Amino acid sequence: MTKEEIKHLGHLSRIKLDDAQVEKFNIEIDAVLEYVSQINEIVAEGELTKTVGPVQNIFREDVITNEPGSYTEVLLDEMPEKEGDLLKVKKILNPEE
Amino acid sequence: MTVRELRDKYLSGEVSPVTVIKESLGLINDKDEEIHAYLDVYENALEEAVKAEECLSIDKDDTPPLTGIPIAIKNNILYKAHKATGGSKILENYTATYNATIVDKLKKAGAIIVGSTNMDEFAMGSSTENSAFGPTKNPTDITRVPGGSSGGSAAAVAMGSVPVAIGTDTGGSIRQPASYCGLVGFKPTYGAVSRYGLMAMGSSLDQAGPLTNTVTDAELVHNVIAGQDNMDMTTISNDTYPKVEEKDKYTIGVPRDFLASGIDEDVLGAFESHLEDLRLAGHDVVDVKLPLFAKGLAAYYVVMPAEVSSNLARYDGIRYGSRVDGEDLLAVYENSRGEGFGDEVKRRILLGTYVLSSGYYDAYYGKAEAVRQLMREELNQVFTEIDIIATPTAPTPAFKFGAQKDPLSMYKQDIFTVPVNLTGVPAISIPAKSVEREGKSLPVGVQYIAPHAGEVRLFDLGKRMHDQV
Repeated sequence: MTKEEIKHLGHLSRIKLDDAQVEKFNIEIDAVLEYVSQINEIVAEGELTKTVGPVQNIFREDVITNEPGSYTEVLLDEMPEKEGDLLKVKKILNPEE
Repeated sequence: MTVRELRDKYLSGEVSPVTVIKESLGLINDKDEEIHAYLDVYENALEEAVKAEECLSIDKDDTPPLTGIPIAIKNNILYKAHKATGGSKILENYTATYNATIVDKLKKAGAIIVGSTNMDEFAMGSSTENSAFGPTKNPTDITRVPGGSSGGSAAAVAMGSVPVAIGTDTGGSIRQPASYCGLVGFKPTYGAVSRYGLMAMGSSLDQAGPLTNTVTDAELVHNVIAGQDNMDMTTISNDTYPKVEEKDKYTIGVPRDFLASGIDEDVLGAFESHLEDLRLAGHDVVDVKLPLFAKGLAAYYVVMPAEVSSNLARYDGIRYGSRVDGEDLLAVYENSRGEGFGDEVKRRILLGTYVLSSGYYDAYYGKAEAVRQLMREELNQVFTEIDIIATPTAPTPAFKFGAQKDPLSMYKQDIFTVPVNLTGVPAISIPAKSVEREGKSLPVGVQYIAPHAGEVRLFDLGKRMHDQV
């Protein structure tokens, strides 16, 4: 794995990494990938069986299960930035792009 | 003090919940500055003790089984209106907006939650050194780690502040700290206990369970928190798996090949001595071959990071948790996660993102899941011949702070415990003989593993080999 790949993974997983971290994670993740490659000794390409657990989906009626508004206040309290009862975020559309 | 003893004393009127809760809070006050088992202590526990005392005075025999019993919960378990940090800076100021199912069940059973315990960040680690709020010390030797990730829960019980604490176990996070702190630690069958309201780490691996002084207490508390839950579709019913019976005499399988290398000599000695005790108690101890178990850790470090990278995507600084500003939305995500997560969490997210990326998905995740299925088949086959598998819980006794220098050596602490989570079977760690280090006696655990839904067998053998000795 290269440093460029680590930077790309940082970008994909939305984590800002500095150069020292990129260097460190590059070495450490390489070591882990080498260790996990043992699984190649057990299964070959093309024999990947996919299995489902013993428990299946459980469905309920599609109805409202709690009093409307009963969580509004506590959820609002956790928001890092808000305006009135609205969550505030950066704009996601840039008209110049 | 055990839950059972406290219950008996409450019923006989020998002690009262108010006295016990006062003692518990007092002990935390005296000792926890040094140990740091707790992230938060709930002073309102005393008010609850007064209520418990009233209940006991009205009709004591009719009170639920944990009435007035002090208990601590790991800080990745949501308790409404209380801080739930998961040991992470990104949730430093997060307050739970609802109760986990297990919290509701514990409260309904009368338990008094006295505080939340320290942990490796988002349950990733084997020493509690990865907590954003500083490490916890092992009460049996404060120069050593208590294990992890439920190290705070283990230390809370080992220091004597509570008779039981709840932990979570994704790859050994209840059993390994139990081993390091001289306690009983129990990881149920996957699906036996609801995960609703637990911060998800590896959703196909996570289970919550008790850390206690006795197997009797572990059974009692497990039976309180277990059961099917409409809020967690992976919870199992009584007939999901075939019924597993208790026996007078068990055949215990030891995967000898797995123990051939990488284990501390004294730990192996303590394990052998425990096997001798099992023989003396009339059980058969036989060798079994479980070649895939030795590969479990490799499969685990694909499956678990993959699930971690998906589960931790929710911590983005938008709806809750810490937000670090940036010039646009993308920068807000990257800054919040860059500053909010510690190194171990970042490492696993990056690794998980890699193994799930399109070109590598089959080579890593697909193969690891296939290995996992082969492990289940191997295990089912072995359980047609034997009743219980025994291994050491961890390859070493508690190590010193900073002793595991690179991630991989830390990961190897879980070599015996991760195959259990990958296959979904239940396991218990009970204290074996202690080992000597620098003139101190350090506890070491032995792990029993049973077939799916075989908890009765673990409790039965555990009580006979631990509680009644």
